[in-house]
Formats: sequence, C-alpha cells, structure tokens
Amino acid sequence: MYEKDGEKYFVVDSHMHFWNAGPDNWVPGAEQYAKGWIECFHAYQSLAPKETHWPIEKFMSYTEEDLMKDVFEDGYVDVAIFQPTYLKEWYKEGFNTTEKNAALGEKHPGMFVHNTRFDPRDGDVGLEDLKANVDRYGSRGVKLYTAEWNAGSRGYKLTDTAAYRYLEKAQELGIKNIHVHKGPTIWPLDKDAFDVSDVDHAATDFPELNFIVEHVGLPRIEDFCFMATQEPNVYAGLSVVIGGLMAARPRFFAKVMGELLFWVGEDKMTFGSDYAIWEPKWQVEGFVDWDFPDDEAYSDYPRLGTAGKKKILGLNAAKLYDIKVPDELQLDHGQPAAQDDAKLVTQ
Amino acid sequence: MPAAVAQRSRVLTALDAVRDPELDEPITTLGFVSSCVVSAAGDVVVRLRLPTYFCAPNFAFLMVADAYDVVAALPEVRHADVALEDHFASAAINAGVAARAGFAVSFEGEAVGELDELRRTFITKAVLAGTDQVCRPLLAAGLDPAALTTMTLGNMPPSAQLERLCRRRAELGLRTDPAAPLLVDPGTGEPITGATVSLHLGKARLTRVGIEANTGICRGMLRHRYATTGAGEEEDEE
Repeated sequence: MYEKDGEKYFVVDSHMHFWNAGPDNWVPGAEQYAKGWIECFHAYQSLAPKETHWPIEKFMSYTEEDLMKDVFEDGYVDVAIFQPTYLKEWYKEGFNTTEKNAALGEKHPGMFVHNTRFDPRDGDVGLEDLKANVDRYGSRGVKLYTAEWNAGSRGYKLTDTAAYRYLEKAQELGIKNIHVHKGPTIWPLDKDAFDVSDVDHAATDFPELNFIVEHVGLPRIEDFCFMATQEPNVYAGLSVVIGGLMAARPRFFAKVMGELLFWVGEDKMTFGSDYAIWEPKWQVEGFVDWDFPDDEAYSDYPRLGTAGKKKILGLNAAKLYDIKVPDELQLDHGQPAAQDDAKLVTQ
Repeated sequence: MPAAVAQRSRVLTALDAVRDPELDEPITTLGFVSSCVVSAAGDVVVRLRLPTYFCAPNFAFLMVADAYDVVAALPEVRHADVALEDHFASAAINAGVAARAGFAVSFEGEAVGELDELRRTFITKAVLAGTDQVCRPLLAAGLDPAALTTMTLGNMPPSAQLERLCRRRAELGLRTDPAAPLLVDPGTGEPITGATVSLHLGKARLTRVGIEANTGICRGMLRHRYATTGAGEEEDEE
C-alpha cells in the first residue's frame, strides 16, 4: 500500500520476476545468448533513475531477500504476480520458472500470484506440464513469450494451430489471463516478430480469456492501441512504459500515456514493475506524482486523476485475478469511476 | 584535404541514406555506425552496432545490406567491407550480406521470404507519422481537421517535414505532385474524406508517438552499451 496526500493506493505488481541469470546457470555452448539476454535487460535498467541502478553481478543473481525488500518492504507492493520466462535453451534451470517462483511464493502466503507459462511447440508433454502447474500452483494466468527459441524454431504466433490447442486447454483448466510478451524473433524470421495481430485474432476467438499485452506491445504501441480499442478483453500491461520512459524520457512518457488513455482507457491499464529490471519504489512514487506537462502539446489527451491511478496501480489487476482489496483501499463507494468519454483529439 | 578524408566524408554521406526501418532515422545520426575507415586505395571498412544483442535480425539485416549497397555503389570505392558487431545473428547477417545472398538464404530454415513486405509495412508507418508532423502545426494553430481533407501537398508551406513525407510517399509509389491530396490512406493511396479524418489523424499521431518512444528507448540502450559516439551520430532532443 502506498499513501500520499491522504490517498491510499492498493498496489498490484502484475509483472515481475525472480530469475537466476548468473554464469552458473548458463547452458554450455549457449553462454553468449544467456549473457546477451541479461545484458540486454541490464541496459533497460539504465533507463531508471541512476540511484536505483545495480551492478551486473547483482542483477544476474539477486536474492530472495533483495526481492522481498525491494518489492514489498520498500516498493509498496501488496500483491505481486510472478511471470515466468523459461529460456531453457540458454539457462540450465530456466531463466525464471514457475517452480523457482513458487518456492519463494509459498514462503509468503497471500503475497504472490503464481502464474505459469506454456509453449505451444511442446506438444502433448507441454499440455501435461501445464495441467500439472495449474494443479500444483493454482495458476490463473500464463505468461507467453512468443520469441522463445525452441528446438530450431525462433518463435511462434498465437494463431498457430498448436497455440489455439493450448489456449483451449488453458481455458478448460480455469486460466483467465494470458500475458503476452512479444520479442525480437519469430518463425519465419522474415515476418515482424513484434506484430500483435495474432493477439487480435486470439482475443476475438477466446472472448472468455483476458489478453494482457505486456509493455503495451512496444515497439508496436500503435498496432496494439488500435487493436485494443476493438477488443474488449485486451489490456495494456504497463511494464517498460513506466520503467523505461517515465524517468528517462518524460515527454515521450507523457505522450505514450496520453495515447494509452485515449485509445485503451484507464480501466484496462495495469501496472507492472518488471522487477528486477526496475524497482517498484520509484515507479509507484513517480506515477502517483505524475501529471501531463503544462504544455499545449498534451492538452488534447484525457486526464488521469487519483481514481485512475488507483485503478492502474492495483485495482484493475485485482479484478483480473480476484484479489481481495481491503475496503478502505477501494474507490469511493466501492465502484470504479466511469471512464471519461474518449474524444478524438483532433475534434 | 587528403583524399582518404574526403572519401570518408562521402562514405558517411552515403550512409546517411540508410535508415533504421522501424525508427525511420539514418543509422548515422542514431549512432549505429561504430567506425568507418577508408584507405587511400578506396578500400572501405564500415562497422555497425545496435542498441542490443537481440535487436530483431530482420531489421538488422536490412540495415547491413543497405549500408553495403550504398557504400559499394560509390564509384571511388574499390572494396566494401560492411559488418555488424556484437549481435546474436552477426555471423549469418555478415556472411549473407557479403555474399549478397538475400535474407532467406542467409537464414536458411528459419525464414521463407525476403524482407520487401516488412520494409513496406514500416514505410507505411513512416508516412502516417510524417502526416502528423506536417499536419500537427496547422491543427495547433486552430485549423479545422475537416479542412485538411480538401488540401493538397501543394497547399502546404515548404518544410523539411513535408519533403520527408513526400520522399516516403514516393517510396510507396504514392502521389507526390502538388495537386495530390495531403491526406491519403498509405496502404491504398485513396484520399481520406469525411468523418474518417479524425480517425486518420489520430492514427497518424499515435504512430508518430510510437516511433518516437521507441527511438528514445533505443538511444538510451545504445548509450548504456557503448561509451563512444558513433560516426555521424547526433544527440537527440530529450
């Protein structure tokens, strides 16, 4: 919970990780990829305020104690949602697995939501693993990293036949939330790996599932926003937006927020720190303090008030995951405020 | 000026024409040219770098291939050696470009086609973003958006933004003559009319914001990765 100026904010960190990316976990022969991956993540951290930067050694192998302190003790987070990414071709035990997350989460009942993942290229075995993880960890959500390398394939689309089979199975198992994370590779490589049109199709065909597109489809914000206006079950995961732009590029951050508020709306945006890329503390504090710059260039965008910030920081994700929110942290009257009518900026 | 220095300057000018397809900016100003060395005999060695080890390999390939093409096309260049460094697919990209093999052959088994469609998709986005650059000042000055639907390229005050928009339109085969409509669907070339103008302008602005945000992130990542300034690099505004 974060409190500022008499307002209390229930904070759900809907996209965070507990990884081991140290050399002890690198697959022999694939060291360059394991190293390249974590160095890339570390470069993202450089977009945060300087005083929150970590040395690469700590960044590769932070501890349980680091996580509990940064996320809960200092970071104001009430409930954190683990989003696993396996990358087992590069990391021996996986980069960030359901099991590793749950081993920590189970020590702290009520503080974590244990999402799992699937990879549609894993065939029947993968379906069994998915069921086992849902049974074992009570997962209500999955994280899909579509650019994962798997036996010579450089990625997949949600519209692949096998992916639909997995989505059907996930729905049958009680999964509600599909967090989609696009990356730089896909099969075939000549296509745009970041394209989100497959999410559009899947969202239409699986209306009972929610599709949270992480980092709002970055670097395809425009395609994501336009798709999200048309699909009621598509959400904007703000990981990377706040972490990567709010401190480093405040004017671009304001414009991206303006576009998201206009096209997607504050009821469908969810905060995620992307820890350990970025610590939640400065993100939560900065976001609560944030407003559009006092400049004509931003005057057409919908405003974001305290109620909207409460929704984005926690209440929207709490709804998606049926997380109980204490009465005093609900919006007034326990009802979400009506979303401002979006007006086309040019009118 | 020694001949090699003058030649290096001409090579860098040629590289200004090579753009990051996603960001629609020259690889020189973005800082992606880590070095450019020209010998007195006309042998050119260009090294390229990107913000991350995992930047998308298809866009990386286009930049390396385009850079090779513009350098090799200079009459005074005897031999062009253009290569990408520090990237997971450097080996495949560099070998493919050096052999002028095309993308599908360079990534055999992982790709099925060439990158023309990908390139076209991103020039289409560049036209939308450029439309916002040209129209935004007029709208900010109070012009009714509906008025834009009756305007032509020839009605626009001359500006660098307008020239850039026309160049991108030309690359898509869209009209650029003074009588051509200012607002067109970049996919079809059809004029934008009536009530769709608001949506069109909204998409144009959104596309521009997306590209600018990506550029900001890429520049920040590159700065973290490399302490040196690239050949022809320009500092960004924010």
